[in-house]
Amino acid sequence: MIKILLVDDEPNILLSLEFLFKKEGYRVFIARDGEEALGIIEKNEPELVILDIMMPKVDGYEVCRHLKKNHEGTKVIFLTAKSKEQDVQIGLGLGADLYLTKPFSTKELVNKVRLLMN
Amino acid sequence: MLSKGLIIAFTFGYLALLFAIAFFSEQSAKKGKSYATNPYIYALSLAVYCTAWTYYGSVGRAATNGLEFLTIYIGPSLIAPLWWVIMRKIIRISKVQRISSIADFISSRYGKNITLGGVVTLFCLIGIIPYTSIQIKAVATSFDILQYAAPPIQNFQVPFYQDTAFYLALGLAFFTVLFGTRDAEATAKHEGMVMAIAFESLFKLLAFLVVGVFVTYFVYDGFKDIFDQASLRNLDHLFTLQGDNGPSEWFWMSMLSMMAILFLPRQFQMAVMENSDEKHLDKAIWLFPVYLLLINVFVFPIALGGLVHFSDANVDADTYVLALPIAYNQNWLAIFVYLGGFSAATSMIIVSTISLSNMVSNNLIIPVLLLNEKLKSRLQNELGEKVIWIRRTTIFLIILFAYIYYREVSEKFSLVSIGLISFVAIAQFTPAILGGIFWKNGARLGALWGIVAGFGVWFFTLVVPTIVTAGYLPESLMTEGLFGISVLKPYSLFGMENMSYVTHGLFFSLSLNVLLYVLISLFTEQTSKEHNQALVFVDIFKYSTTLDSSIIWKGQAYLPDLKALLHNFIGEEKTESVFQQYIKQSEKPFNQSNYADPELVNYCERILSGVIGSASARIMVGSVVKEEEISMEEVLGILRETQELKFLNLQFKQKSKELKKASEKLREMNETLRLNDMLKDEFISTVTHEMKTPITSIRAFSEILLDEDLPEKDKKRFLNIIIEETKRMSRLIDQVLDLERFDSGRQKLNLENTDVKILILQAADSMLQVFKEKGLKFYIQLDIDELALTLDEDRIKQVVLNLLSNASKFAKSKVVLEAKLSEEKQLLVRVKDDGKGVPEEETPFIFDKFFQAKNQTSKKPIGSGLGLAISKKIIEYHGGNIHVERKGNMTCFEFSLPINEDVQNKITYPIDHD
Repeated sequence: MIKILLVDDEPNILLSLEFLFKKEGYRVFIARDGEEALGIIEKNEPELVILDIMMPKVDGYEVCRHLKKNHEGTKVIFLTAKSKEQDVQIGLGLGADLYLTKPFSTKELVNKVRLLMN
Repeated sequence: MLSKGLIIAFTFGYLALLFAIAFFSEQSAKKGKSYATNPYIYALSLAVYCTAWTYYGSVGRAATNGLEFLTIYIGPSLIAPLWWVIMRKIIRISKVQRISSIADFISSRYGKNITLGGVVTLFCLIGIIPYTSIQIKAVATSFDILQYAAPPIQNFQVPFYQDTAFYLALGLAFFTVLFGTRDAEATAKHEGMVMAIAFESLFKLLAFLVVGVFVTYFVYDGFKDIFDQASLRNLDHLFTLQGDNGPSEWFWMSMLSMMAILFLPRQFQMAVMENSDEKHLDKAIWLFPVYLLLINVFVFPIALGGLVHFSDANVDADTYVLALPIAYNQNWLAIFVYLGGFSAATSMIIVSTISLSNMVSNNLIIPVLLLNEKLKSRLQNELGEKVIWIRRTTIFLIILFAYIYYREVSEKFSLVSIGLISFVAIAQFTPAILGGIFWKNGARLGALWGIVAGFGVWFFTLVVPTIVTAGYLPESLMTEGLFGISVLKPYSLFGMENMSYVTHGLFFSLSLNVLLYVLISLFTEQTSKEHNQALVFVDIFKYSTTLDSSIIWKGQAYLPDLKALLHNFIGEEKTESVFQQYIKQSEKPFNQSNYADPELVNYCERILSGVIGSASARIMVGSVVKEEEISMEEVLGILRETQELKFLNLQFKQKSKELKKASEKLREMNETLRLNDMLKDEFISTVTHEMKTPITSIRAFSEILLDEDLPEKDKKRFLNIIIEETKRMSRLIDQVLDLERFDSGRQKLNLENTDVKILILQAADSMLQVFKEKGLKFYIQLDIDELALTLDEDRIKQVVLNLLSNASKFAKSKVVLEAKLSEEKQLLVRVKDDGKGVPEEETPFIFDKFFQAKNQTSKKPIGSGLGLAISKKIIEYHGGNIHVERKGNMTCFEFSLPINEDVQNKITYPIDHD
């Protein structure tokens, strides 16, 4: 079972994502901020992390950096409201595999994750 | 008595000491440690004014004329404060123009005129050589007195080679050459010489004070005793201003000495040429009069003491200073006193000779040599090294002349008479110099004829009588007047008889001098060169920085020629450094064309002036420069242009200042606009971002609901979420609109008379549930019974709610709500929580819209970030104030509202500056 970690500080967004990926058959972990995410990453070593950027305590960039440094195999998808071209550049520059903006299409997200993880 | 050998040993020992002082201070100056660059040394060196004439002669004069001797010292003391005006100007001019002597000064001022410089030099020689000779006489006389313990038996039968005075003169000439003509540059400073002179000043003062104390307190019983004894011998007339000592005499004598202290060549040398810092004048202005006071304290006691003691014997009053110690068998004291007199004499001889030799070489010999075209072209390449030798030879010649004068002529006069006559000669330069530095119209011919005429009168009234006395001219000249014309009697011109001969001579010579100077100056036109120099001299403080460029000159010079000329006079090394300095100063490189511009030519001429005098420098530079004659109209034109240019420049400066101000303002405005723009961008970006969050949830759940066949329970739950998020969006939109209305000033308040207590309680009530859920304690304390204010109830409630809601988000365990009246008649409402509080550096921004978002780019703010911004607007609309501070362990948000009726009725709607 593929392990996915969902990180977002908006409970409702987190809820929708959890619902979607559980239904797809992944093993889902959730975190409400970057700090919590780092703890889960160390403990459960997820293969994919879906990351918001603007979060309290530790932001998404920080988490991505940590992953690229310590967990090379882990895939990263940014899912954020920051939609400016330069934000996309920054995100991909950090080594993320995908950069998706909010609001997102559930079908598209699920398809892209499916493709990425095969 | 003392053996001749001993006295000679002491004399030459003293000279050796001078050599040592001069030598070591020069060595040390070379190593960079200059002792002479010091205001105290400067002030002491000015005391070269006090010669052997002061040392021996004042006592002589006091013994015959009473208190009048003081005038010679009162004058300089009175004028000392004016040095700041006169001396400072002369010093500045001399430095800038590289003037090497008083003759050079006058010549330079009046168009660098050769004739004038030569005349002044000649008259200086005539005036000063006798003066120098009386110094030799004083030394020789004191030497004899010391040796024979008796009034001097001057024996001129002794051939000069057996005469000690001759060898002394040679020694002095040698010393002067050694320390006074090191450098071809006449303007160079003589460290060693200055130190030696300062030492001599100290030495003679000390010696005179010692003999004074001896006479006053050891021979007699203090001042009172001396004066009492003098009264007994009917010497009272010396204490009062009677007859010869009348007020007019005092006035003229003081005037005379004022001019002497300023313009005696030796004073000019010390005060101007050797001055290393204009500021030294500050100290000299009071130190020098103090010196004069000290050296005069005992003059009168010694004079009276001598008169009392030697009342029977025929002892020359000029020798009392030395005769008294000898009479009381104080041999060592006598030696000390003799050396003191020796120091006074030598210092005068040394300095006078140096300055005279500069004048003779630079203003007499070199210009005369250069007048001859053939000589000029021959000398052009070799004059440099010759300058020093001309000067050295001159020194020997001057001292030799003084010695001859001493042997042949001076026996016939007392010290004072020659000294005063010499003063009157020097006084003739006063009109030309003072007029020259304060009066632009002072002209060359006026100066020349003033000086010549003054000198003529001087010669006739003061020198001719001495020749008559010596028997070279018939006695009838004195009694019947020149050519038997009775109004032309040397001592009583036009029948003036109530004056002493010195005053008489001074009065007539100076009057004629001033008259001619002024009249001729008024009626002659200055040449362009002259006018230029006049401007520079009078306005020196204006020109001293831009001198070279302010001199008007037309012409062209070939650079290598100019360089070769300087090279010839000051050597290769110095020439290079001088040119380097010019480049540094003018901040512009040499012309590529190999032609020197007028500025550089002027600069070179000034450098050369320092070596051979301004007039000669003019000739030398003229020989390598193709000069065009420049007319007076052109000079005036150029000057006018400069003035106009200055004016335009000033206007331009002002304009550009204004422009700069305007553009600064524009820049500021632009900056504000840009900032506003940025803030707006940021605001929009933040708002859209804030809106995306609910939209994201709404879309996600809508799609889920659409795609999936969900159990009823989940369906309901998701639909509820969609509704909540929609509300959230509406709230946000409302807030943004609110804020926008407040910002633009379009927000209207719905004002009603409201019970504040009820309002606050209602707000608190709606928050109770929240506090309970979060497990926070909530305290309310309201001290505002029955307070009704006119306000917008909903808005104020919104503020209270916002503050309470914020508090609930950050509080750890409790929230406090307080309301009371302040002393300034204001309603104060506080909301406190025990959370970690607002960091101090963020306090100023906390009421800005989306403050958190602005500050932390990628961290999520708690809340929309608009609540406090809106609260602030609401309170300000009500004429109140809101702020945050830390009180104890609590974060305290406090807002105030005015309760004054007047303010209430006129709620101001602030125009927002954003």
